[in-house]
Amino acid sequence: MYYFTGVMSFIAQSLRTPVIFLAFLVLIEVVSFASADKSFEDVRCKCICPPYRNITGHIYKKNVTQKDCNCLHVVEPMPVPGHDVEAYCLLCECKYEERSSNTIKVTIIIYLSVVGALLLYMLFLLLIDPLIRKHDPYTMPLQNEEDSEDVRPRVDGARGNTVLERVEGAQQRWKKQVQEQRKTVFDRHKLLS
Amino acid sequence: MESEQLFNRGYGRNSYNSITSASSDEELLDGAGVIMDFHTTEDDNLLDGDASPGSNYAMSNGGGGGGGASSSTHLLDLLEEPIPGVGTYDDFHTIDWVREKCKDRERHRKINSKKKESAWEFTKSLYDAWSGWLVVTLTGLASGALAGGIDIAADWMNDLKEGVCLSAMWFNHEQCCWGSNKTTFAERDKCPQWKTWAELILGQEQGPGSYIMNYFMFTFWALSFAFLAVSLVKVFAPYACGSGIPEIKTILSGFIIRGYLGKWTLMIKTITLVLAVASGLSLGKEGPLVHVACCCGNIFSYLFPKYSKNEAKKREVLSAASAAGVSVAFGAPIGGVLFSLEEVSYYFPLKTLWRSFFAALVAAFVLRSINPFGNSRLVLFYVEYHTPWYLFELFPFILLGVFGGLWGAFFIRANIAWCRRRKSTRFGKYPVLEVITVAAITAIVAFPNPYTRQNTSELIKELFTDCGPLESSQLCQYRSLMNGSQADPTGPDTASAATPGVYSAMWQLSLALVFKIIMTIFTFGLKVPSGLFIPSMAIGAIAGRIVGIAVEQLAYYHHDWFVFREWCEVGADCITPGLYAMVGAAACLGGVTRMTVSLVVIVFELTGGLEYIVPLMAAVMTSKWVGDAFGREGIYEAHIRLNGYPFLDAKEEFTHTTLAREVMRPRRSDPPLAVLTQDDMTLAELQGIISETSYNGFPVIVSKESQRLVGFALRRDITIAIENARRKQEGIVLNSRVYFTQHAPTLPADSPRPLKLRSILDMSPFTVTDHTPMEIVVDIFRKLGLRQCLVTHNGIVLGIITKKNILEHLEEIKQHVEPLTPPWYYYKKRYPPSYGPDGKPRPRVHNVQLAPSSSHYQEDEIEEEVRLLDNSSL
Repeated sequence: MYYFTGVMSFIAQSLRTPVIFLAFLVLIEVVSFASADKSFEDVRCKCICPPYRNITGHIYKKNVTQKDCNCLHVVEPMPVPGHDVEAYCLLCECKYEERSSNTIKVTIIIYLSVVGALLLYMLFLLLIDPLIRKHDPYTMPLQNEEDSEDVRPRVDGARGNTVLERVEGAQQRWKKQVQEQRKTVFDRHKLLS
Repeated sequence: MESEQLFNRGYGRNSYNSITSASSDEELLDGAGVIMDFHTTEDDNLLDGDASPGSNYAMSNGGGGGGGASSSTHLLDLLEEPIPGVGTYDDFHTIDWVREKCKDRERHRKINSKKKESAWEFTKSLYDAWSGWLVVTLTGLASGALAGGIDIAADWMNDLKEGVCLSAMWFNHEQCCWGSNKTTFAERDKCPQWKTWAELILGQEQGPGSYIMNYFMFTFWALSFAFLAVSLVKVFAPYACGSGIPEIKTILSGFIIRGYLGKWTLMIKTITLVLAVASGLSLGKEGPLVHVACCCGNIFSYLFPKYSKNEAKKREVLSAASAAGVSVAFGAPIGGVLFSLEEVSYYFPLKTLWRSFFAALVAAFVLRSINPFGNSRLVLFYVEYHTPWYLFELFPFILLGVFGGLWGAFFIRANIAWCRRRKSTRFGKYPVLEVITVAAITAIVAFPNPYTRQNTSELIKELFTDCGPLESSQLCQYRSLMNGSQADPTGPDTASAATPGVYSAMWQLSLALVFKIIMTIFTFGLKVPSGLFIPSMAIGAIAGRIVGIAVEQLAYYHHDWFVFREWCEVGADCITPGLYAMVGAAACLGGVTRMTVSLVVIVFELTGGLEYIVPLMAAVMTSKWVGDAFGREGIYEAHIRLNGYPFLDAKEEFTHTTLAREVMRPRRSDPPLAVLTQDDMTLAELQGIISETSYNGFPVIVSKESQRLVGFALRRDITIAIENARRKQEGIVLNSRVYFTQHAPTLPADSPRPLKLRSILDMSPFTVTDHTPMEIVVDIFRKLGLRQCLVTHNGIVLGIITKKNILEHLEEIKQHVEPLTPPWYYYKKRYPPSYGPDGKPRPRVHNVQLAPSSSHYQEDEIEEEVRLLDNSSL
């Protein structure tokens, strides 16, 4: 039973955190991959034909099935007269390629939205947050170390009743950790130099 | 002030939850708190089996006697509350492998014995048995999916510097022209849908104006990406910067860095890795992918109590995760497993090997299903050769190996020197500015040269690809003329002199080589996610390609020389410059990282040609020899040493004749060892000892008179236990008697209730005698992964040796032998790290670094905990 409780509370806790974005990304990736039907433009047969006699090299692309992916089906109009087709086609190399444009689209959109959200949050933390909390004795801007002991009651209040308080507490705790990490990495150069 | 606050937070958390140090993993740990309380009973039993002292922690006989012995004291222990938090570790501390392994064995035994009781217990035991495979499966899935996402996003963003796909914004250049029939043989990536920035803004494609516009936009995007990356890292997760492999090595050897493998680090590393790669800096995504995979492994291990509760077991998952990381980074599953074995892992049992194998398989499968490059391969620079190589060619291959070794040695020296400067001078105070500067220089210098302008992976691909009639790149321009016999039987067969394209390509490649060498030195160590594999490979590939073309031309012009005469006929295609590029890449990577087996396997999996194993092996081995001649450590070990991580390298040999007595603390001039007595101390005395000293653990002796060893108690456990007793038990006051024995000592009738701390006492600490050679001690530490070891004489405790003492000792010996290369020591003397950015002294003690030998301490100091007791005293 405690496994279950542990897992449930784990999930509940993690809902507060951005890991959900990543889980979401993975999920979408898998779903979009699974649901991506081989749409019209997602397959191609690409034939590269090198220069031959006085014909310049050329690249041919066509939507054909994998078994039809050869020079005879893809290269048209055929630049050489009939008796030379075989020789010309021997030089060409045809490759069947497929992609999932859905996956690409979803990935890029998710990526951009995550970056956008982070950017907004960053701006919020750096610009607006200090303004809002100017008169709040409990929390101070990120860089301020002096008053941080006042945060303690707040941190204890992380187990508050309302959702808002809990989120607030979690955010404060997280800020402390990041500040600690920042000091370790950027000021003391203890790690990762 | 600051430390007070820190400590206060620790205290606050302590009382709520068993885990003191707050971290980004905290919520996860909180969530698992329910489980933890349940489980600590086992730990107590484990610690408490006094019927057979020694059976608990000793590895050899832990299996037989422990269970029975602990059951005899079981009843007594059940009366006591299990103390939550005992057996966990602080941030920046080293774990005790022996203790963790015993804990796991005990837990396993418990589950096994309960198995037959009910169906539910049986299910639980099944779940427990399978959780190892489950967690590596999840890790593999997540790292494969993340790697696919990173690949797609990085390609797209990289092309965003050039232009944009108007028909579908989310396609990169190649995908944009996927179905277009407008592409030509010479310019394969041109299609009307893809617009360069000059076309969009100025409306013209050619001309100096559009070149300048493109130049400007290229630099602009590069700078914005770099700036965004470094600010995200700085604001959200500073641990996300760098390659991560040195830290992961250290973590796997048993160090705790809280938050290093947390969710925020994962997310920010994933996001900023794309930005960093796209910004065109001379860095790769392969090393950081290992970190990303390890973050996945760590996060998923919290779902399974078997792994979340046990630091040693968690490291098995992390080993498997790093294999999955390399597997997706290079599309080389077996290479990934070997990488984990050869380079990162510290403790790698067979079981982990299989799990790593499985994780690598799952990750590679997921990545292949996503198919990020649209070529049905896992990496961009997959190539296939079919041409044979000749014995004579081993000579240039070995030359490339020498180049790789020299480059590796030079790079390590230069990069470490630069990083030390960054670490120790004011220059390191401006990480954002530094990233911007490097990115600007890179972008401005890189744009005019087509070989540096393009993505490094694409450059490697182009260099690896052999020239054939199908290739139209500048590198292959001589082909169609010189060796036109293949493509065109009627063409001129001897027009090899007409290769201006190749010669200009050579020039550009040489410039690109110099540029890459310089920029990589300054880039590795920037505060953005930055891997080393791709730039190293690019440098090697450029050098290899140049050598390959030189040999080819030599063979062409002097085909009557006796080395060429036998196998290289006139006009025949006997040299493969692409193969040289690959050998060069392997050699350079080998010179920098000093990997051998895994590297050859990775490169072999990239090409899928078995016949090239011998050239690769020859080059990689030569590069390792040449590199080792200039310094034995690879870049990761060098960074570990630079940062002073407590990493005991298993590869180094210890050949000195010192004895344990000479290394142990306290030294002669030091104050005597701080010890606890087993039953005649009051709580106030105990707290006094704890607050006056800063040691992480205390030997417990019978009494001041006899001084014989009873056990070892960790500072963290003592503080947690006292805290716990204060809250839960009535009548514990400052002059309560503290005892570690089984039965309370006889006390006067009016004395307050005594406090029993037996449950936190380690009854079987590792001991050596004072005459044990250090060779053996070092071996014990390496092989068993000890944290500390007591030194006794006739059963009397003399002193203690910790992992950090050993590292210090090794460093001292190194100083003594080779006084010219003192990387971290040098830095420490010049730079006392105890000053904050504002110049005020920091109250916090530097606990990752080894202590300077002048200060007396046995183990790392944690001042917060000292204050913990001060504040909480009644």
